[in-house]
Amino acid sequence: MSLHERAFPRLSLGGGLSSTGRPAASALMPKAGGVPLRLEGVVKEFSGRRVLDGIDLAVPAGQSVAVVGRSGGGKSTLMRLIAGLDRPTAGRILAGGEPVAGARPDVRLLFQDARLLPWQRVAANVGIARGRGWRERALAALADVGLADRAEDWPSVLSGGQRQRVALARALVSDPGLLLLDEPFGALDALTRQEMHRLLIRIREEHGFTSLLITHDVAEAVALADRVLVLRDGRIALDLAVDLPYPRPPGNRCAAELESLILGEV
Amino acid sequence: MRADERAWGRAGGPWAALAPWLLPLGLLLAWEAAARSGLLSSRVLPAPSDVAAAFRATLADGSLIRHVAVSAERALTGFAVGGGLGFLLGLLNGAFKPAETLLDSSLQMLRNVPHLAVIPMVILWFGIGEEAKIFLVAVGVLFPIYLNTFHGIRSVDRGLVEMARVYGLGPAALYWRVILPGALPSILLGLRYALGIMWLTLIVAETISASSGIGYMTMNAREFLQTDLVLLGIVVYALLGKLADLLTRWLERRALAWNPAFQAGMETAS
Ligand SMILES: Nc1ncnc2c1ncn2[C@@H]1O[C@H](COP(=O)(O)OP(=O)(O)OP(=O)(O)O)[C@@H](O)[C@H]1O
Ligand SMILES: [Mg+2]
Repeated sequence: MSLHERAFPRLSLGGGLSSTGRPAASALMPKAGGVPLRLEGVVKEFSGRRVLDGIDLAVPAGQSVAVVGRSGGGKSTLMRLIAGLDRPTAGRILAGGEPVAGARPDVRLLFQDARLLPWQRVAANVGIARGRGWRERALAALADVGLADRAEDWPSVLSGGQRQRVALARALVSDPGLLLLDEPFGALDALTRQEMHRLLIRIREEHGFTSLLITHDVAEAVALADRVLVLRDGRIALDLAVDLPYPRPPGNRCAAELESLILGEV
Repeated sequence: MRADERAWGRAGGPWAALAPWLLPLGLLLAWEAAARSGLLSSRVLPAPSDVAAAFRATLADGSLIRHVAVSAERALTGFAVGGGLGFLLGLLNGAFKPAETLLDSSLQMLRNVPHLAVIPMVILWFGIGEEAKIFLVAVGVLFPIYLNTFHGIRSVDRGLVEMARVYGLGPAALYWRVILPGALPSILLGLRYALGIMWLTLIVAETISASSGIGYMTMNAREFLQTDLVLLGIVVYALLGKLADLLTRWLERRALAWNPAFQAGMETAS
């Protein structure tokens, strides 16, 4: 130590600072902001059957988009392509200006089922990607979704809504720029669903990520999104801006009109 | 329903705790009485007290411990070889498709051969030495461990694997944190089954040819009509089997604490 200190007094001073002056206040990473998304002529075929037939879409950073469509219409397929879990047959997908090739830390996906590892405690599930200081970041994300006191529970003892909140916390840990949600609230009861809507709106405002929500429920799409897309026959049949302030309580007249407009297209 | 059962047990008090033991205890007493009165020839069944005496005597001269140690060593060596190989094959075939196409159908074919049916071949190959017994045990435990490991890995929830990919887990982390824990219930089931086969195989192998071990002890005793020793051997086998079973149950409770089924099990046990 002394030799090193004599030779590099400044360096050792810096070393001392870094070992004691760790940032302690916010365990979450600095906010990255939203990632813009671009799809150019995206086509997806499964053994010759065309599921997506030329999707062109530009989503600016921070926008929240909802995609509605019939069952089997290719919504999940679109999501898997954007998440890099599968490759398009033709066309390009750009996230943050770069072509998507495989999983990346700034794109996160929420599934319909929470997909928590049953053999890991809640905190370990949230910090699944590990990395430096994962535990503190996991606990902070849990606190963010209101589950700070369940960090040491097994997932099996949580309710469906709580599991979905843990999954949301897991997605938030790495502070994503793009959050993909594939019907994450489909299995929840109406009240829990409302609660999750409020939570999602608050978290979205805090983090500023771009989001893409798939849903069967047109009312949910109108309640949560700046923009609603209708996917039909592998194409975008309707692209509708929803210019209403959040939160949007159920029963709003403008919302009801938009809903019937969308339902006509689905 | 479980709560009801417990409430019923509590209402019964000490009586309910004793009740399950009454029948075996009564049978034991009747048996002892029948043996003492000469109703039951000791050639057919020795009195329980004679078996206890044989236990004390063999314990005192060290022969029981020696035989048990020899048998346990054979069992564990065979288990380590066969179980280890089965586990590795299960991991390999479960994770790599090419390995599966190459190996699985052959293994499935071999699995259908009852391993005790090859005893004549084994005696030809290895004579009646230690290798023969270890080989038989190894072959016996290989297949249950292989099948359950393979099946366990194959039946890991694909949704979890996909989730792990989205979250950027590398191959090693995927294996340690997702695939292996997901396969563990099935692997432990295979372990318990294999331990049963291990003792069974050893009993047969030692009975056919051995110069030490519990099987040898009982066969030797049979020649001299020492039925008390024969029965003692049987009881020791049963206890060793029970011990192995308790060990796997304990292992399951430790390793599968996350599983609601085993959480409930822990509550009733404590
Ligand atoms: N891996 C695959 N192999 C073959 N066909 C597939 C595959 N994945 C999806 N498909 C097909 O693509 C079509 C669209 O499926 P997708 O899951 O994207 O629909 P979806 O809009 O998400 O439906 P839902 O609303 O019911 O979830 C379906 O007909 C499905 O059978
Ligand atoms: Mg879907």
